[in-house]
Amino acid sequence: MSAVLGDELKNAILNDETKKVIVDPLVNNNPITLQVLGICSALAVTSQMSTSLIMALALTLVTAFSSAAISAIRKHIPGSIRIIVQMTIIASLVIVVDQILKAVAYDVSKQLSVFVGLIITNCIVMGRAEGYAMQNPPLESFMDGIGNGAGYSLILIIVAFFRETLGSGKLLGYEVFKLTKDGGWYDPNGLMLLPPSAFFIIGIIIWSVRQWKPEQMEKVDYKIMSIAHGEEAHH
Amino acid sequence: MLNAIKKNEHYVKFNTALENNKQYQQFQAYKQKVLVLGNDSLEKTIAIAVALCLVCSVLVSFGAVALKPLQVYNKNLDMKKNILDVAGLLEDGKDVDTAFAEKTEAKVVNLETGDYVENINADEYDQRKAAKDPAQNVAIPKDKDVAHIRQKAKLAKVFLVKEGETIKSIILPVSGYGLWSTLYGFLSLEPDGQTVQSINFYDQAETPGLGGEVVNPKWRALWKGKKVYAESDQPAMDKGSIEEADIGEPALALIKGTVDNDKPGSQYQVDGLAGATLTSTGVTNLVRYWMSKEGFSRYLSKVRVKGAKS
Repeated sequence: MSAVLGDELKNAILNDETKKVIVDPLVNNNPITLQVLGICSALAVTSQMSTSLIMALALTLVTAFSSAAISAIRKHIPGSIRIIVQMTIIASLVIVVDQILKAVAYDVSKQLSVFVGLIITNCIVMGRAEGYAMQNPPLESFMDGIGNGAGYSLILIIVAFFRETLGSGKLLGYEVFKLTKDGGWYDPNGLMLLPPSAFFIIGIIIWSVRQWKPEQMEKVDYKIMSIAHGEEAHH
Repeated sequence: MLNAIKKNEHYVKFNTALENNKQYQQFQAYKQKVLVLGNDSLEKTIAIAVALCLVCSVLVSFGAVALKPLQVYNKNLDMKKNILDVAGLLEDGKDVDTAFAEKTEAKVVNLETGDYVENINADEYDQRKAAKDPAQNVAIPKDKDVAHIRQKAKLAKVFLVKEGETIKSIILPVSGYGLWSTLYGFLSLEPDGQTVQSINFYDQAETPGLGGEVVNPKWRALWKGKKVYAESDQPAMDKGSIEEADIGEPALALIKGTVDNDKPGSQYQVDGLAGATLTSTGVTNLVRYWMSKEGFSRYLSKVRVKGAKS
């Protein structure tokens, strides 16, 4: 029994499809930089590395387990209430995660406040449920959830790294730059502690990824025409 | 491992009992019937919805109930941390539980008389719960309800911080409505019942970055040394009568902008929070309310005369 399960697991992990669903969302199909989903929480929780890590972990687990659960019953989900079924499963998992955080990491859960609850509406979780788990078997869906969660986590960690070091001269609470107010040389950039700074950092990340991989650039929907001189005035 | 479970005699017994149960057989038959129905049939839609809700609610309630004790413990620990913090006793790496038990003593105060209530276990008394319990609360008349809390517990739970036998600070619970939420916090006073040591809010949901700055340590530091009651009205302490020691209405308030420390009266003023007028007004109101006769003023009068011990 367990040997069979072990083989199955091994096959699933070594399988090309699995590798693809885990590695792809990191850069090639990153939910934040390519699909530009899940931005709201990426702005809100990244002023510190510790909250970002917890948020990343929570979202990865929710995405993985909700995808697996939805995929397991995908053949019996009535089309008319499909989204509600997905939401119910996701919401239940999010509540459980929130309860666990309140029990084991109270301080972090206080800082994350509503954002854990808002994982329910996170576009990445919904997107994977609807876009992948509804068509694929549970194990692949689980891996796909892990992969997309990892892609989200990667961006969150990069953003938090810049925001916490430049904004408060610390990383995970440990001093990196000595601040001027403590007699050091670094004058912290207050903007980095405010949510808009995450916009700039995510923007720069998206730009650099698309410079590196030009195939990610979106096609322009329309072209700006150049108007012959003076023509416009006659209309 | 699964096989071992399947061979366990209790499992076998349970399973046979289950299989012989008529309702269970009916349930199995119904399950088979529903599962082969078309996905879009009305019956299957309803059956799936009901089954899903049942499974999810069991999952959620199991999680909530199983984790409750840990959550309550965390909440209490957080409260203790806040009390130690407002008394300036919070040190990194020190166990909060032991520090709390060592340094502080909970006391229950009757707000109307200002006396300690001794026949109640102060450690277990929960003032926030009592404020909601009709047997233990009183409605606040509208014209007196400056903090907009509508009702209060008759008995309040205060904390005395001691070093040996001397009292170092008196910590009073305060609460009041800000812009979005009721702010709950502690105000810590010197044993003179007049000078502020610190204030903090452990439960609030004001706008992060604006009203939410009530938790900012920099802003909280501005409270140190401020006076609650106007000093010109101060009665001579040697008279000893409680009525005469009545310290009047509180004068402490948040103002717009920055306090000019050279101006007379600046000891009753704290900087308002920039961009958060309504939260600032809320904080002023809650301090005014809880320091008035509706709140701790009678208790503090007695503290001034007799000390906080008895």
